[in-house]
Amino acid sequence: MDLTSSPAEQAFRREARAWLEANVPRPPLPSGDTKAGFAAHLDWERALFEARWSVVSWPQRYGGRDASLWEWLIFEEEYYRAGAPQRVTQNGIFLLAPSLFEFGTPEQQDRILPRMAAAQELWAQGWSEPSAGSDLAGITSRAERDEQAGGWRLYGQKTWTTRGAFCTHLFGLFRTDPAADRHRGLTYFLVDLRSPGIEVRGFERLDGDEGFADVFFDGAFVPERDVLGGVNRGWPVAMATTGSERGLTLRSPSRFMTAASRLVELGRSAGLDGGLRDRVVQSWIEARAYQLFTLEQVTGIVAGDKPGARSSLNKLYWSEFDVRLHETAMELLGADAEADGPWSRGFLFSLAGPIYAGTNEIQRNIVAERLLGLPRA
Amino acid sequence: MRFAVAEDAAALRDAAQPLLDARATPALIRSAWPAGPDPGPAQPALPAQVRAVWRGLADIGVTGALVAEAHGGLGLDENALPPVLSRIGHSGLPVPAGETVAVTAPLLAAAGHPALPDVLSGAALVTAQLAAAAAAELPIPFGQTADYVLLRGDNGELRLYERGELETSPVPAVDGSRQLARLRARPAGGVPVAGPADAAAAWERGVLAAAAVLVGLAERMLSMTVDYVASRWQFGVPIGSFQAVKHRLADSLVAVEFARPAVLAAGWAQACAAADAAQQTSVAKVLASDAATTVARAAIQCHGAIGYTTEYDLHLFAKRAWALAPSWGSASWHRRRLAAGLGLTEAVPDEREG
Repeated sequence: MDLTSSPAEQAFRREARAWLEANVPRPPLPSGDTKAGFAAHLDWERALFEARWSVVSWPQRYGGRDASLWEWLIFEEEYYRAGAPQRVTQNGIFLLAPSLFEFGTPEQQDRILPRMAAAQELWAQGWSEPSAGSDLAGITSRAERDEQAGGWRLYGQKTWTTRGAFCTHLFGLFRTDPAADRHRGLTYFLVDLRSPGIEVRGFERLDGDEGFADVFFDGAFVPERDVLGGVNRGWPVAMATTGSERGLTLRSPSRFMTAASRLVELGRSAGLDGGLRDRVVQSWIEARAYQLFTLEQVTGIVAGDKPGARSSLNKLYWSEFDVRLHETAMELLGADAEADGPWSRGFLFSLAGPIYAGTNEIQRNIVAERLLGLPRA
Repeated sequence: MRFAVAEDAAALRDAAQPLLDARATPALIRSAWPAGPDPGPAQPALPAQVRAVWRGLADIGVTGALVAEAHGGLGLDENALPPVLSRIGHSGLPVPAGETVAVTAPLLAAAGHPALPDVLSGAALVTAQLAAAAAAELPIPFGQTADYVLLRGDNGELRLYERGELETSPVPAVDGSRQLARLRARPAGGVPVAGPADAAAAWERGVLAAAAVLVGLAERMLSMTVDYVASRWQFGVPIGSFQAVKHRLADSLVAVEFARPAVLAAGWAQACAAADAAQQTSVAKVLASDAATTVARAAIQCHGAIGYTTEYDLHLFAKRAWALAPSWGSASWHRRRLAAGLGLTEAVPDEREG
């Protein structure tokens, strides 16, 4: 055990902190899940890229710093500590990119990653469909071969596509072999949303932001080079992407440590009875527990472990305690809770956590079957 | 940064494991229970087989984990406590392991107390009740059978007594293998082995040890339950295939998996005397206590009626968990201590009145 930072890591932290203190927008940007807010966020994303902070763990040739996982965690800590904006690029940088590094060809990596890092191309995720949510392998959107054009034509509908109305690209699963077993006839495509034959319609989420979209495909063309991981071999690639979404990369512990510290500050300024005080402390404990869990997990990853189904433990833990944390904040605020503000917005957003990235009911099934070895139904 | 059990700590755990697996059986735990509901006036002895297992652990070096090599120990630090004590907790071995290994042995070495060789060899077990004002009223775990008892004196110092020096009465307990006794009178004498500062550190080690044992108990109850629900059939299928059961056990695993690293981190914080070591220790105890009671509840429920019997072994571990979760500061008490540290309350409770 050694929970101290090396001199190089400390220097990295100082550099990140100094840059963030000088550059984080004040006052905070409007929500990036609205059209106007998204544009403001792109300016921020490009500033991050110019200073080489947008993708610290990536290779330098793609705009990164070759930072270790430990340094990445340090950057995340400083990022949230500084109150920096949400990352509207997250679904590309934190979800698609790890799968591109693992399954992509060098040509795909060289072509896609630099533009993703620079926020020139913005990626949305295309899993769910009107009739296939938790049962992802039940999707019916399909891709048909177009030999003449050298690629595929997409048909069907994706939905709940986060920031789909503002993004330029979408990654997702489409059925390419209807005769094959459910999990085997699927292909992972990288799609330019500006192609003919695609219509994107944004709609409001529970929190009022136009953060969701329906994406309709009617013969949109995707060239062969935009298949990720091989035709009819999309399922394992999608599972790698969802692993990133559940686990460490999307939800680093600093996000929650910062929220818990703010809750403690809120608690200090309010008069607390014993019950509410216990809940504030418990949220702080749970944020800390998540941090310690991830330190152990990162140690394993650095040594070559693959988190696999254990990323479902991350997802269950952070999403459940994030709701509790915000419920406690709402109760602390009392009559002020209903006013629009960071806490009420955070509360509404926290309710999405147990749903996105695979509902927690599905995560519990995964934990029970794959970690505890319980029999399938 | 490296968050992983150190090699020497893992080696100690791995050396203890086969011995515990082979010899610290549920039958052995049962042998330490009183025969009937009333322990009677005669104080029972700790079964010879239990002492034999403890001597086996001592031969491996468990008892001297925190004692310098010059004094006959392994010379390890608090990082070594969570792995091996979790393993002992998992076995359910009915001994005051944390009290002996984590709390007292290093104090005896520092004080040059003549009991040290017997403690290191496993011939003598030490129990402890470090609560302050209420010391005369609180039951002492293993107070009927331990060879030595560590108590807190009037000025915050710790004093070691031979059990025969104390006037005690047996106390029937939920976990019969804990062999509780209550002091009949505040004792005179005893040998001071730690001043108030060392006493405070010893108490923190006791909290850490209890948290580690609780994690091991939770792991044991969870694995018993997983085995049971996979083999118990109803409606033509194993009950472990039902989501209601799966989800409850998945939540149990989450509780255990997030408590375990917190206990390791508390050991590290104590070993390097980190400024927030007490805070980290409280975090560990809250998570471990809550994990153990959560798993105990889920385990009994998922077993159904067989889990509500004494014939089945589950109760041996659940009752230990219910004894330890409120000991060394309950989860509520540690949350209160954290609240004080976080500036959420002004009242700082005495750290050993948990």
